[in-house]
Amino acid sequence: MALPTYATTGQKIWHYSYLTLCGLIFFFLIAPIIVIIPLSFNAEDFFTFTPKMLALDPEGYSLKHYRDFFTNPNWQQALVNSVKIAPVATLLSVSLGTLAAVGLSQSHVPFRRAIMAVLISPMIVPLIISAAGMYFFYSRIGLQGTYFGVVLAHAVLGVPFVIITVTATLVGFDRSLTRAAANMGADPVTTFFRVQMPLILPGVISGGLFAFITSFDEVVVVLFVGSAGQKTLPWQMFTGLREQISPTILAVATLLVVISICLLTVVELLRRRSERLRGMSPT
Amino acid sequence: MTETTQDGPMLAADGTPLKKSLRRALRAQKLRALGLIAPLLIFVLISFVAPIVDMLFRSVENQIVSDTLPRTVVALRDWDGEGGEAPGDEIFKALTYDFIVAAERKEHTRLGSRLNYEMTGISSLFRKSGRRVDDIGEDYLDQFKDLNDAWEEPATWVAMMASEGWVADQVAWSEARAAAKSADQDFETPEPAFALRPGVAKALPETADIYSAFARTIQTQDEDSPTEEEPWNPVYMALFNDLASNPDAASAFSGDVAALLSEAAAAVGNFETISPKDAFLDADEDWGDPMVWSTIKAFAPSYTSGYFLSAVDLQLTASGVQPQDEDQQIYMLLFKRTLFMSLMIMFSCILLGYPIAFLLSNLPMRQSSLLLILVLLPFWTSLLVRTSSWKVLLQQQGVINDILVWIGLVADDNRLVMINNQFGTIVAMTHILLPFMILPLYSVMKTIPPSYVRAAKSLGATDWTAFWRVYFPQSVPGIGAGCILVFILAIGYYITPELVGGTTGTFISNRIAYHISSSLNWGLAAALGTILLAVVLILYWVYDRIVGIDNVSLG
Repeated sequence: MALPTYATTGQKIWHYSYLTLCGLIFFFLIAPIIVIIPLSFNAEDFFTFTPKMLALDPEGYSLKHYRDFFTNPNWQQALVNSVKIAPVATLLSVSLGTLAAVGLSQSHVPFRRAIMAVLISPMIVPLIISAAGMYFFYSRIGLQGTYFGVVLAHAVLGVPFVIITVTATLVGFDRSLTRAAANMGADPVTTFFRVQMPLILPGVISGGLFAFITSFDEVVVVLFVGSAGQKTLPWQMFTGLREQISPTILAVATLLVVISICLLTVVELLRRRSERLRGMSPT
Repeated sequence: MTETTQDGPMLAADGTPLKKSLRRALRAQKLRALGLIAPLLIFVLISFVAPIVDMLFRSVENQIVSDTLPRTVVALRDWDGEGGEAPGDEIFKALTYDFIVAAERKEHTRLGSRLNYEMTGISSLFRKSGRRVDDIGEDYLDQFKDLNDAWEEPATWVAMMASEGWVADQVAWSEARAAAKSADQDFETPEPAFALRPGVAKALPETADIYSAFARTIQTQDEDSPTEEEPWNPVYMALFNDLASNPDAASAFSGDVAALLSEAAAAVGNFETISPKDAFLDADEDWGDPMVWSTIKAFAPSYTSGYFLSAVDLQLTASGVQPQDEDQQIYMLLFKRTLFMSLMIMFSCILLGYPIAFLLSNLPMRQSSLLLILVLLPFWTSLLVRTSSWKVLLQQQGVINDILVWIGLVADDNRLVMINNQFGTIVAMTHILLPFMILPLYSVMKTIPPSYVRAAKSLGATDWTAFWRVYFPQSVPGIGAGCILVFILAIGYYITPELVGGTTGTFISNRIAYHISSSLNWGLAAALGTILLAVVLILYWVYDRIVGIDNVSLG
C-alpha cells in the first residue's frame, strides 16, 4: 500500500485522505465498544462522561455498578441461568455436529447438498421466525418454558457454526492417515479418537466457541421459548434496556466485552495453529 | 492374480464379481456416512424444522369456528347474505344450541376473540350473549312444567333419552361410588359416558342432539351427572320444535314416557312460541348486523387464507376479498419499511465496508491480520452490548450530543433526536452488520492478483480507470455475497429495532413478536412469519447459487 516515490501531489492527497477515511471507519467500528468501558466506572448514574471523569478525578470513578451486578439477585440468577444453559447446549451441538461433519466430508454422501442446506438453515432463518415456530411447537409438546426446551433450541442454533468450522478443517485433512491407521489394525473408533480428532481439534474447539457464544448471547429465542425461570443474562439486559435502563448494564457489557476478547484470542490462536498443522501457514 | 487370465467378469478376492463387490463397498460407505449424519439430522428436523412446518400450518389453520359452532356453520351454508339482512330463525336456532354448549364449556370467549381480529366488536358481542343464552327456552320450560311437573325432573329425561345399557352402567357406577364413600376410600373413576337410546335420534332429532351435548358437557365440565341435573332451557325449545314437527313422536316410546309425550304433543299446538332470533337480538342488537354473519360464514372453513390476506392488508368477507379499511392498513407499510431500511443498511455497509476490505487485502499479512482483529472484535462482541452502547451514545443526554454541544454545533436546548427513529436503527444495525460485509469482501479481494492492476497501469490506465475497469469487476462477487448476507440478516432483525427503533424504526419482525406475545393473534403472526421466511429462503437460494453454502466463512 506504500506510495511510490514518484507519486504526484494529487496521488498523495488521495492516498492520505483514503487512509483517513479508513481510520474513521475503524473508529466507527471500535469506538462504540470501547466507550462503554470507561462509562461503566462512572460514579454517577449517568450515561455520559461527567466533568469529574473528564478531569480524571478519582472521585468521578467507582466500582459501584460492578458491585451492583455481583450483589443484585436478579443479575446473579441471570448469570447462573446463562452458565447453566450455554455449556450444555454447546456440548450437544458439538458432539452431534462433529459426528455429522465427519460423515459429510466422506467422498460419497447421497443428498449432500440437501442435508447441508437443512443443517445450515438455523443460521439463515431469521431468529424471530425460529423463535415463533419453536414457541408454537414447543407449547404443543410441553417444552415451552422448560430448561430442556431452551437447551434444545440453543443447541440447534449452534449446529451450523460447528458444521461450518469442522467441515472447513476436514477439507485439508489427509485421508491416507486414517487409511494408514486402519491398515495397522486400529478400529474406526480408535482411528477417530487417536488420529482424526487431534488433527481436527482446533476446528472442533472454535466451532464449540461459536456455538457457546451463540447460546450465551442469544435473546430472541430464549425470550419466547423460556419462562421467567430461564431468564438469561442477555434477557435481563434486554428487559433492562427496554424498561428502566440502569448503568449496571454498562458494567455487564464491559465484562462481556472482556469475555469476547478472550474468545477471539483463543479462536485466532487455534486458527493459526490449525493452518500451521496443515501446512497452510501464512507467509 | 491368476484370475486375470480367466475369461468372464473380473473377480474380487472372495470370488464375487469385482463390479458387484465394489458396488457393495460403495453402498456400505454411503450408509456409514449417512449413519454418522443421521443423529444430527434427526435432531435438527425435530427441534427446528418441525417447529417451522408447524408455523406454516398454523398460518392457514382455522378449525375453531367449525369446532365451536358446528350446527350454525352447517345452517349457514345456504345463507348468501343477499339483501343485506341477518339470517332467519332457523339459523338462530342452530346458534342457540351451539352457543349454550360453547358457553357452558367456556369456549365462546375464545372464539369471540378469534373473530374479533376480523371484525372489531364480536368479542364483546359473544361475551354478552354467552351470559344470556341460558334464558332462551325458559318460557317453554314453564309451559311444559304447567302441563306436567315431571318435565322438571332429571329422571324423566334420563328415562326418555338414555340407553338402557348406560342406565345400568350408571347405577352400577353410583353404587360403587357409594360403597367407596362409606369405606372412606378415594373414588376416581368418572361416570360412564352418556349414551343415547336407539331410535330417539329419529323421533326427536333436535332434542336428542342437544340433550346428549348437555349430558356430555355436564359430565366432563362440571363432573356432574345427567341423572341429577335439570336440562338447559334450550333443550325444552328443542323438544317443543320436535313435537311440533312430529306429533307422533310418542309412538317410539313406551310406558310413562310415551304417555307424557303424547300429552305434550297434544298440547304444543297451543303453546306460546318464542323466536330465538328475537331473544338474541334482545341480548345484543349486533346480531341483526349481516356483517357479523358474513364474518362467521367467511371463517367457517377449517383452512383459511384469511391470515395471509390480513398480512397484506386485505380482508376476507362473505362477498370475496376486499381491501382492509384505510386506517387498518399497516402491514404493507411495514413490509415496505423493512425492505427500505434493509436496503439502506446494505448500502451503508457497502460504502463503509469496501474501503476497509480493500485496505486489508492490500496490506502486508502482518499488518492486515492486526487490523482484521478490529473487524473481528465487534463481530464477537455481544449484540446486546453493541445495541446498548448505541443507546447510550445516541440518547439526547448521551455522549454524541454532549460532544456536539461542547463543540458548539448544536444548542444545548436543541439536542438532536437520533434514537427511537429510523436513523438510530440504521446506524446501529450498520455497525452490527458491517463485519458480515467486510469478511466476504476481504476473502474475495485477497484472491485478486495485484499484477492485473499493475498491467493496466503500465498500459497507460489512470489509477481510477485501472481500479474501475480492472479491479472493481473482479470484486463484484464479494459485493454480491456480502450484500445478500447483510440483507438476509437485516430483514429479520428483532432486538436492535425493538430497542432503538421507537415507533417509526421498527421492522416486520417486531410486529410478529407483538402478535405472539401481546395481541395473541398467532395465526397472523404465523402468516407474517411465513411471508418473511419465503423472502429469506429465496435470497438464501440465490446466495447458495452464487457463493455456495459450503463456502460461508467465519473470519
